[in-house]
Amino acid sequence: MNQTNAQILLDVKNLRKFFPIRRGVLQKVVAQVRAVDDVTFYINQGETLSLVGESGCGKTTTARCILRAYDPTAGQVFFRAEDGKVMDVAALPSNQLQPLRRQMQMIFQDPFSSLNPRMTLLDIVGEPLLVHGEKDAHKRTERVAELLRLVGLRPEYMRRYPHAFSGGQRQRIGIARALALNPRLVVADEPVSALDVSVQAQILNLMLELQEKLGLTYLFVAHDLSVVKHISERVAVMYVGRIVEMAPTKELFYQPRHPYTEALMSAVPKPDPRLRSERIVLQGEVADPANPPPGCYFHPRCQYAIDICREKTPVQEEITPRHFVSCHRAKELTLRGVVKK
Amino acid sequence: MSSSFIPHPSSFPLLSVRNLKTYFFQDEGTVKAVDGATFDVFPGKTLGIVGESGCGKSVTAQSILRIVDAPGKIVEGEIVLRRADGSEVDVTRLHPDGEEIRAIRGADIGLVFQEPMTSFSPVHTIGNQLVEAVRLHCAVGEKEARQRGVEALRSVGIPKPERRIDEYAFELSGGLRQRAMIAVALSCNPRLLIADEPTTALDVTTQAQILDLLRDLQKQRGMAIMLITHNLGVIAEMADDVVVMYLGRVVEEGSVDDIFHNPKHPYTKALLSSIPSIESTPRIKLPTITGSIPHPYNRPSGCPFYPRCESYMRGTCDATEPALIAVNERQKVSCFLYQK
Ligand SMILES: Nc1ncnc2c1ncn2[C@@H]1O[C@H](COP(=O)(O)OP(=O)(O)OP(=O)(O)O)[C@@H](O)[C@H]1O
Ligand SMILES: Nc1ncnc2c1ncn2[C@@H]1O[C@H](COP(=O)(O)OP(=O)(O)O)[C@@H](O)[C@H]1O
Ligand code: SF4
Ligand code: SF4
Ligand SMILES: [Mg+2]
Ligand SMILES: [Mg+2]
Repeated sequence: MNQTNAQILLDVKNLRKFFPIRRGVLQKVVAQVRAVDDVTFYINQGETLSLVGESGCGKTTTARCILRAYDPTAGQVFFRAEDGKVMDVAALPSNQLQPLRRQMQMIFQDPFSSLNPRMTLLDIVGEPLLVHGEKDAHKRTERVAELLRLVGLRPEYMRRYPHAFSGGQRQRIGIARALALNPRLVVADEPVSALDVSVQAQILNLMLELQEKLGLTYLFVAHDLSVVKHISERVAVMYVGRIVEMAPTKELFYQPRHPYTEALMSAVPKPDPRLRSERIVLQGEVADPANPPPGCYFHPRCQYAIDICREKTPVQEEITPRHFVSCHRAKELTLRGVVKK
Repeated sequence: MSSSFIPHPSSFPLLSVRNLKTYFFQDEGTVKAVDGATFDVFPGKTLGIVGESGCGKSVTAQSILRIVDAPGKIVEGEIVLRRADGSEVDVTRLHPDGEEIRAIRGADIGLVFQEPMTSFSPVHTIGNQLVEAVRLHCAVGEKEARQRGVEALRSVGIPKPERRIDEYAFELSGGLRQRAMIAVALSCNPRLLIADEPTTALDVTTQAQILDLLRDLQKQRGMAIMLITHNLGVIAEMADDVVVMYLGRVVEEGSVDDIFHNPKHPYTKALLSSIPSIESTPRIKLPTITGSIPHPYNRPSGCPFYPRCESYMRGTCDATEPALIAVNERQKVSCFLYQK
């Protein structure tokens, strides 16, 4: 990693994660699912980067590799620890991961299944404190009260069980737990997609507020472009295990440079009947990550595809500062973005 | 209150739901899943029914088809269907397993719902199920039914339908399964298609394909669609008229343009302003609705929205339920702010 750039908290380089497909009695490996296929991106300290894309494109797998819930097949995951030292999370032996794990925490999608129903809020939110050595019960209780207040829950609720809370409140509990150890990087995998629409805004606002207050860095994983636009400073669009475009949020939405980004944005139904417009409806289906097409993975569905697209894999290129695209025709195409309101 | 409806300028309704109440009687208490819903569906038009999870959208659809699960019961109201021959039938009076309602399902009303996987049998091919659906409702022989099945799959844009018809649902992708389910629902040319969250389990690009398909099929066949979803974007793209539900009640109803550009009910307004939109400015605080949807056992008395409403008037809103009344030619609201 660029050791001199002290702004960068997380620097992911050429990350790959392949899952073997085994068949037969001998469980021979017959193919590989290329879930994450050469992914490169960075996140600055205090910034929010979103990974967005359709189901199965590799968002969760990328997040899990960063947290070392999976061992990556290849690539580096550089993380700048509290003391300023930069470490490759992908290469660390598992017994050296513990101190880093404290600094990287996860918020999950499903606030119903991610909380143990037999534990009180005090136990749920206090558990990471206990695991990381806070033996003093009184201090733990104090800290849990503080955390609950931070996420907008009343500390009096501490002795209750999760079933007594609504979806939005449970997501707040999950956030309080993730923040217990003062993490520097918070990875949120679809944190609002299981919530009612009227509650999503509350949680998104809370995440923005906490970021400002605590200087958190977010890797936000989602499939909903509207949510992503709302929370991010920069956005990376994934398709079949690869990042096809990455840019500052406004630039990506108003001036997309990759045909898939254009199609994805045009497919989102706009909550305004006066904006019913000609949508780009992609034909066919997302490529199979176990058997992707040659060349650009998007070419069978791309209306701009030319010969070279069917043969050669496009490389990620920074076409304007901080705007990365992997498309042979990125420079010549003029694509349609979202209408500015 | 059921008599306050205004006829659509174009024609008579195909389906009129009046003061429908469907309750679930359980040991823990009574869930008033639908609690006085009133609306009309017009021929060839799309009625959007929008509301958050648990507000009674699906139970409304199940009531219309008389497939409400036990211990659920329609306790009040009418569901009047105008059949092809011009006769009218109140579906609530039919026996749920009787001949008549079975004839209505499929032939008059087709149903498509969210999870296509659970709606197909894992041990029968798509074709078997399609042929069975066709033969159940249209008096044709096996061979003719299969031919129609292939045509039905082709009409919903499934490539190589002659081959696909012999595959099992689990062999198809989510998008193709949803197309196959639409094919089954439309195999007997119903005049009304009820689509309950038809794209909720799908990705946006697949959703766009399915919405396009529904629109094309509607154009070709002139059928009415009752589109149920919690997604306001889908409603804005598809609906002619919109019904907004909250806790089993219709809180507002109007043309799609009125609902999005001239909403009246405090819940509709709050919902519209709280959703992040792909058009809005990044990283600004969104207005929110306080609290959350109450548990169905703890339904508030009076206006169901009052604990979360910014315009709440003590002594009025918590005392009685506001009726759904017309505020202009096409729009109705149930809120005391509009009751003179
Ligand atoms: N443990 C595993 N074994 C085999 N294949 C896997 C495994 N986990 C994920 N995959 C495959 O890897 C690809 C990427 O999956 P991933 O869960 O990262 O997608 P995602 O972008 O998070 O999707 P979603 O939006 O549905 O959550 C998919 O094809 C998936 O089927
Ligand atoms: N089979 C059932 N038994 C008990 N309660 C039910 C049943 N089906 C639905 N309900 C309840 O009825 C209410 C409305 O549900 P539903 O119509 O499915 O909502 P939605 O608007 O999300 O489709 C909810 O409170 C739900 O929990
Ligand atoms: S490389 Fe070719 S096929 Fe791929 S997105 Fe660009 S134009 Fe389309
Ligand atoms: S009736 Fe009262 S509480 Fe209900 S929406 Fe109207 S103002 Fe709000
Ligand atoms: Mg995922
Ligand atoms: Mg439902």
